[in-house]
Amino acid sequence: MKKPGAVTFNHNPLLAKGLPVSRPRLVLIGLLLGSITLVARAAYLQGFNNDFLKAKGESRYARVIEIPATRGRITDRNGDIMAVSTPVSSIWAIPPDAKLTPSDTRQLAGLLEMEVEDVSRRLATQGDFVYLKRQLSPDIARRIAELKLPGIHQQREYRRYYPSGEVMAHVLGFTGIDDKGQEGVELAFEGDLAGQPGSRRVIRDRRGQIVEDVESIRGPRDGQDVALAIDVKLQYLAHTALQQAIETHKAKAGAIVVLDVRSGEVLALVNAPTFNPNNRANLSGAQLRNRVLTDIYEPGSTMKPFIAALALERGFVKAETVINTDPGRITIGRATISDVKRHGPLTVAQVIQKSSNVGTVRMAQHFAPDEMWRMFDSLGFGSPLGLGFPGEVGGRLRAAKTWKPIEQATMSFGHGISATLMQMAHAYLVFARDGELLPLTLTRVSETPTGAKQVFSVATARKMREILELATGPGGTAPKAQVPGYRVAGKTGTAHKLEGGRYTNKYISSFVGFAPVSDPRIVVAVMIDEPTAGKHYGGTVAAPVFSRVTEGALRALGVAPDAPLVPLQVAGGNGEKRETPRGNM
Amino acid sequence: MIRMDAFMLMIVVASALGVVASQHQARKTYVALEREQTRTHELEVEWGQLQLEQSTWATLARVERIARTRLELVEPRPGQMIVIEGVK
Repeated sequence: MKKPGAVTFNHNPLLAKGLPVSRPRLVLIGLLLGSITLVARAAYLQGFNNDFLKAKGESRYARVIEIPATRGRITDRNGDIMAVSTPVSSIWAIPPDAKLTPSDTRQLAGLLEMEVEDVSRRLATQGDFVYLKRQLSPDIARRIAELKLPGIHQQREYRRYYPSGEVMAHVLGFTGIDDKGQEGVELAFEGDLAGQPGSRRVIRDRRGQIVEDVESIRGPRDGQDVALAIDVKLQYLAHTALQQAIETHKAKAGAIVVLDVRSGEVLALVNAPTFNPNNRANLSGAQLRNRVLTDIYEPGSTMKPFIAALALERGFVKAETVINTDPGRITIGRATISDVKRHGPLTVAQVIQKSSNVGTVRMAQHFAPDEMWRMFDSLGFGSPLGLGFPGEVGGRLRAAKTWKPIEQATMSFGHGISATLMQMAHAYLVFARDGELLPLTLTRVSETPTGAKQVFSVATARKMREILELATGPGGTAPKAQVPGYRVAGKTGTAHKLEGGRYTNKYISSFVGFAPVSDPRIVVAVMIDEPTAGKHYGGTVAAPVFSRVTEGALRALGVAPDAPLVPLQVAGGNGEKRETPRGNM
Repeated sequence: MIRMDAFMLMIVVASALGVVASQHQARKTYVALEREQTRTHELEVEWGQLQLEQSTWATLARVERIARTRLELVEPRPGQMIVIEGVK
């Protein structure tokens, strides 16, 4: 089927022309070079660069995913939940992807409980990531997910809840938005509470479902639960008593501590003003401070029993030794220390009962500064208690060498020395525990802790219990501390506040005591800062609070009454003799 | 010789199919395991929420309010109490 004039390739006259040899050779070299390049490239990709490419490929389908670990719970001593983390969702968006119709936006804003303009503004921001709202409840998050909006994503997070609210606020502290402890026990026990998220490498299929677990890189470790020593019943009781006292006396602040005498556990610790840890908008520093542990104050007369105890211990006075406090004041150097009123001659017991400054100073003058310093030091003043609580302070106790006589005198009745309320309560353990001082603990302990040290002799401590009981009896400074059915003992304190280096007419009223006297179970310390409703004496402001807390606490702990004040029926039993109610001395 | 080869080929094919089958089985069981682990986690979360709910209902303030108002309970006065001794 050849057409005339057509030529096949082989008969092309051009071929016969005889081209220069260099041209086909050039083409040949070109082709060769090309194929060498390809082979070299292939060898490079297959051989030398293999690992890199494999890793790249794997990263397309293999993923390292995080396995979340939950933060440990905090419970009280009976296992009631005080803090628990539950998952919540945060809604975030990729603004360029989020092209929402106005009705979608309205719907989304409704679920988020945000203004429509607010949502639109956030979605209009530049950048690839914006949080719309953090920590939403899982319910709402599910409904948002069902809207299937483009560019709107969710992220699972944990949020901490505190069912006991403001009652436990200062003990527990709180966590930040990332579920890490920021205050209180949450921070102090961060190491135990925090979980460690695990991670593993998996292969996902096209639909994002995990099809193979390649390796577990690290298993998740959930945070440990922490059981506090706090008894939520006592805590609640102290909280309500304190709130009421603050209101009645129009005080600025206040605090209460309850300690277990047998184990050194902190059974209750409350502060006012307080805050709601579940809603921390508009918090002030005053609300956040845990005054019991982080605020020092001059304890005033609550220091006196230690001076009396040291005097008894040294043996140069007995409880019956008479000290003349006339004329109701004493001059040391250029300063004069005076009593509220003229008491005349008082026994050592009465000096404490009536809280005479002059009598106490007379006793303190027998000691060398060093001797007094050693006692304060062994009672734990001047150094932090080591509870591990953030911000805990140790108060101020200057070296004995620097004491002037007037300072030694004022320190004996609690001025010129400062301590936290927790330290005061702690120091009173020596009277409640036969002269022994125990280390305190915020967490529940199963056995009596070791590390107790003897500060005073057993005899001295028992004598001091009797003396301190007098202070709550008729003729004492705090008959309002009495609790029906129980013998209580304690000491009032009314201290002028130190502001800018001078004493003002603002007061701190306090009461530290223990009960029942026959076999002490709890130490209760109360501090009311700046009562302004007219009364400011420890005996009228703090003692009633002590009474209320002690009464409820002893009942909650199931302690048998040791003072049948009113017709108290006693049924059954082995006829153990009861001690007579408080003597009238 | 050829028979031997055919036999070997069959074995290879059989083992290859075995690998495929077991791989599939492994994936299926793994997905099941995955599902159960998710469930475990979900149940743990629910437990936490229930505990939270329980302790919210059992808040002492609420208990006290109900005891005082709805049930009209009062604290016993010292004279109304009977102390039973010798019970530990």
